Amino acid sequence: MANKGKSLVVVQLSGGNDYLNTVVPYGDEEYYDFRRTVHIEQDKVLPIDKVYGFSPHLAPIKRLYDQGKVAVINGIGYDNPNRSHFRSMDIWHTAQPDEIGTEGWLGKVIRDLDPKAENVLTGVNFGRGLPRALGVRGVPVASVGNLDTYGLFPDIKDESAKKLALDAFAHMYGGVQGKDPVLNFLGQTGMDALKGADILRTAPQKYSSAIEYAANPIAQGMKSIAQVLLADFGTRVFYTQHGSFDTHSGEIITHAKLWDEVSGAVGDFYDDMQEHGREDEVVVMIFSEFGRRIKDNGSGTDHGSGGVAFIIGGEVKGGMYGQYPSIREADQLEGDLHFNNDFRSTYSTIVEKWFGLDPVPIVNGHFEQFDFVNA
Amino acid sequence: MSQDASLMAHLMRRAGFGATRNELEECLSDGYKTTVDKLLNPGESNHMPDDLIRRYHVDQSELRQLDGAGAYWLYRMVTTSNPLEEKLALFWHGLFATGYAKLNQARALLNQIDMFRQYGFGSFRDLLVELSKDPAMILWLDNNENHKEAINENFGRELLELFSMGIGNYSEDDIKECAKAFTGWTLKNAEYMSVRASKDSIWPYGRIAWHYEYRANDHDSGEKKFLGEVGNFNGEDIVDIIATQEPTARFLSTRLFQYFASDEVGDDGNQVIKAMMDSYFESGFKVSAVLRTLFNSDYFKSEKCRYSRVKGPVESVVGTARLAGSYQEPTLDVHFLWAQTMFMGQGLLAPPTVEGWHEGVEWIDSGSLVERINFAAKELSDPTKYGVQDIIRRVTSGYRDFIQPENLVDSCLDFMGPIQVGADTREGLIEFAESQGDLQLKNGKTDAGGSAQVARLIGMIASTREYQLA
Repeated sequence: MANKGKSLVVVQLSGGNDYLNTVVPYGDEEYYDFRRTVHIEQDKVLPIDKVYGFSPHLAPIKRLYDQGKVAVINGIGYDNPNRSHFRSMDIWHTAQPDEIGTEGWLGKVIRDLDPKAENVLTGVNFGRGLPRALGVRGVPVASVGNLDTYGLFPDIKDESAKKLALDAFAHMYGGVQGKDPVLNFLGQTGMDALKGADILRTAPQKYSSAIEYAANPIAQGMKSIAQVLLADFGTRVFYTQHGSFDTHSGEIITHAKLWDEVSGAVGDFYDDMQEHGREDEVVVMIFSEFGRRIKDNGSGTDHGSGGVAFIIGGEVKGGMYGQYPSIREADQLEGDLHFNNDFRSTYSTIVEKWFGLDPVPIVNGHFEQFDFVNA
Repeated sequence: MSQDASLMAHLMRRAGFGATRNELEECLSDGYKTTVDKLLNPGESNHMPDDLIRRYHVDQSELRQLDGAGAYWLYRMVTTSNPLEEKLALFWHGLFATGYAKLNQARALLNQIDMFRQYGFGSFRDLLVELSKDPAMILWLDNNENHKEAINENFGRELLELFSMGIGNYSEDDIKECAKAFTGWTLKNAEYMSVRASKDSIWPYGRIAWHYEYRANDHDSGEKKFLGEVGNFNGEDIVDIIATQEPTARFLSTRLFQYFASDEVGDDGNQVIKAMMDSYFESGFKVSAVLRTLFNSDYFKSEKCRYSRVKGPVESVVGTARLAGSYQEPTLDVHFLWAQTMFMGQGLLAPPTVEGWHEGVEWIDSGSLVERINFAAKELSDPTKYGVQDIIRRVTSGYRDFIQPENLVDSCLDFMGPIQVGADTREGLIEFAESQGDLQLKNGKTDAGGSAQVARLIGMIASTREYQLA
């Protein structure tokens, strides 16, 4: 039996997040040897222990870490790492590193949570277009660009003109069903879209909170997620992304800004949940398709392997998980970090311990689980 | 509107991306048969030229990235004078689905599309040979890993299953023998290129062009038994055998039928497919002959065939842009046009797997439908667009003082296609038009408010169920 009421928020860091400048091995001198320019100064690091610490731009996450609410999954990845953005992201989305997969792991989670597809809002993506992680045939997922204007005819600004257009649309799509199955299907889908949008649009009105999210896209995305979650539409899987973390050049400035935004948004989201007494019902997972090269290129870092993921929530057992990979020359994988735990271990843990579902068909195999979340 | 015009609009929706009224009038003066012939023998295409594109888009000069490459092809589709050439290339792109994800080489993908233009109308046998030598395909399906001493079946299997005969018409042994025949078919410096592709690296020297290379010393020249025939077959010999198989003729004809005629194949559809198969063999495997038989068939011309296909996202985006008369000149918005194809579920040059996209009603879910409607409604409700202005001019021509809602709806439906709609749709449109009141004219012309009023209705028509169908 799937656990009721628990939900998952996935935050994708698109472009390949630089692990070494996120959780910094500041106590390892070699880090500063390899990272002549693109590094975080020792005295700026927010220490976890004598060797590792958070980048100062993860301060809100560090605050939650100190409360025991953050699991840091070190050295996460998969065998034979692919350093292509698209392919590696596909691998994370389909949980199939060895062949090209067709079904998204979260789409399968949604199908198992709501097998009869009774709720069109079981999965909601914030962003345009459906990430492959959510794509499974026959599983409806709403993709929301902007919660305030979500739905049909967002370009009609005038409210009364919009109402006329929506009324006409309902007339055209909701009319008598004829013999043509395709027209009927289009009619049904159009009416579903209209209904889904009507429900979703009520979320901001129902919402009140003392938290003031920043104006940047990820903060607004997390705010929308909070609004939909607190409106109790039965949504269990939320998805959003931020980027681009593809910092080949000018990394110091860009990476800092991106993490200020992400950690600020996630910190505010946690506080928002706490304000509403819901922090124990939601888990946030932050991941990226790969890490970056150990040696910098003078201005940024190139595509690498071995990364870090974060699991955050009231029921999370905080701490360091996995091994922080050695950066010594002899231990490197073609100049990159060696992964030491398969990302499907983390997926399996979430699927089984958090959602109470069978992880094997979802992640395509048996993987050792972590103990980072209370069942 | 006459029956002739409805039929011609149908042909142009299928063999192209729909027709503006100007284009339709030209076709009508040629007549149906001549139009079919012209579509099938396009000659040099007139489209937005590279020098103009490169002046505005650095990214489309280098063609390194997916979105720039996708946008580049969209320019061609939107501005081409040879719509069937592009529509057919899009068909092959869906059938021989090669994706950016694994290649990180957008130019190699566009070279493949160019190959489709060059060989797409001709002999299917020749097309399959070219496909087997195509560098993007070789890397996509790992034929660079298919060695004399250790075969990799990926390309051999898909050549039979997804590209020519369809499952159930050959054995697992045939797949192995087929793979053996394609050993040594690789690309120049394949080992280095595949490492570069997997690392997604532009260092040094940016993306490097790919070329086909045949390595005789890595080719298994031994005897092979394939589909009952025995010989020291090389890849071309295998394709020769494949091309003569009845399942190949059926597979190709069926896929063309579903793309150009109807998503569902009924009894009358099967009759047409049989005739298409005959043309395939009579013509020496010519795709243009198969298509001619289809377009000239009674079924294709019948009412039953109309609106029996769900438009694919790319087709829908391009058709809407052509009707609106937009994207005729370089604009940075073209990246948004490519992103639209992604939002609607058919990222151009980025098919999810070698199976291509699931088509027909599977294009439609509530998310993709909202994207389709919002895009088309925005594009076509904009009275500053040249194509929209042209529709408005035609709609108002013959009137002096005002147009009543019902007449306005029928006239817009006519000049946007003609598009035939069901009773519910028409009532909904009239209700919408009535809410805006009579269209007021001054000496037969609309003022700015009037133009916007017609454009809103045009946008509404682009939101109908019928507009989602071709």
